[in-house]
Amino acid sequence: MKRDLFALLAGALFGAGLFISGMTETDKVQGWLDVFGQWDPTLAFVMGGAIIPMFFAWRYTERHRPVLGGSFPARPDPKLGRNLILGSTLFGMGWGLAGLCPGPAVASLSYGGWPVWIFMAAMLTGMIATPRVRESLDRMVPAE
Amino acid sequence: MQIDWIMGLIGGGIIGLAAATYLLVNGRIMGASGILGGLVDGSGKSTARERGFFLAGVFLMPALLTVFTGKIDTHVTTNILVLVAAGLLVGVGTRLANGCTSGHGVCGISRFNLRGIVATVFYILAGGLTVVFFRHLLGVI
Repeated sequence: MKRDLFALLAGALFGAGLFISGMTETDKVQGWLDVFGQWDPTLAFVMGGAIIPMFFAWRYTERHRPVLGGSFPARPDPKLGRNLILGSTLFGMGWGLAGLCPGPAVASLSYGGWPVWIFMAAMLTGMIATPRVRESLDRMVPAE
Repeated sequence: MQIDWIMGLIGGGIIGLAAATYLLVNGRIMGASGILGGLVDGSGKSTARERGFFLAGVFLMPALLTVFTGKIDTHVTTNILVLVAAGLLVGVGTRLANGCTSGHGVCGISRFNLRGIVATVFYILAGGLTVVFFRHLLGVI
């Protein structure tokens, strides 16, 4: 119950932050990626603004436990690997094409109109298909 | 222009607070693609309710804010081919890489996590090249 409430609160804050920062505006995101056009540096300010509180949050996790119990996520294996590089490259291509990534897509569903729903449907399809994509990749090229 | 940067910094700070809340209270990483992906591919069944509540907040808050501010600030392309291709690439890419702008970007970089930093370099480079190619060479976006 408490977990759900704080998940809702975190989600609401995330949505508010995306809205206020202008990151649901696809022109701004594509403007940041478009270094040869009218370059828009807003995204760098958003990233910087978000990283500052999180830097302190990670410091706090070193000596504490989560408020609602359990344990903090362990530091992932620093291995880079095929999936990380290829996946991030594919993600970046889609991000550039539409100016949308998963968070802002959900945040602008209510007012972005039908194009956001089309994007969302394709994105969820891609997510559902990924385990199969990963298996086919494993057959072609070993992961590490 | 400068006001956009200030709003970016403020909005970014709120995004950071959201991620800090999810981490410090629930003990979880606030990664949009992971939360969403785990819900649709079945891998996050045991935490489905928590994921659902998080996504409800992400959806509802901007909906409320648009009603109150009357501001609708998005210009998503209406080219269906571009939307479908972009959606598929983002869906497969983020799940394959196990993170997106929020998980690898915000949560990974702030932890000085090498995977997050490398992922961010690759998706920004790929995004930049894609915009240059499709906007300036082909003129489709």
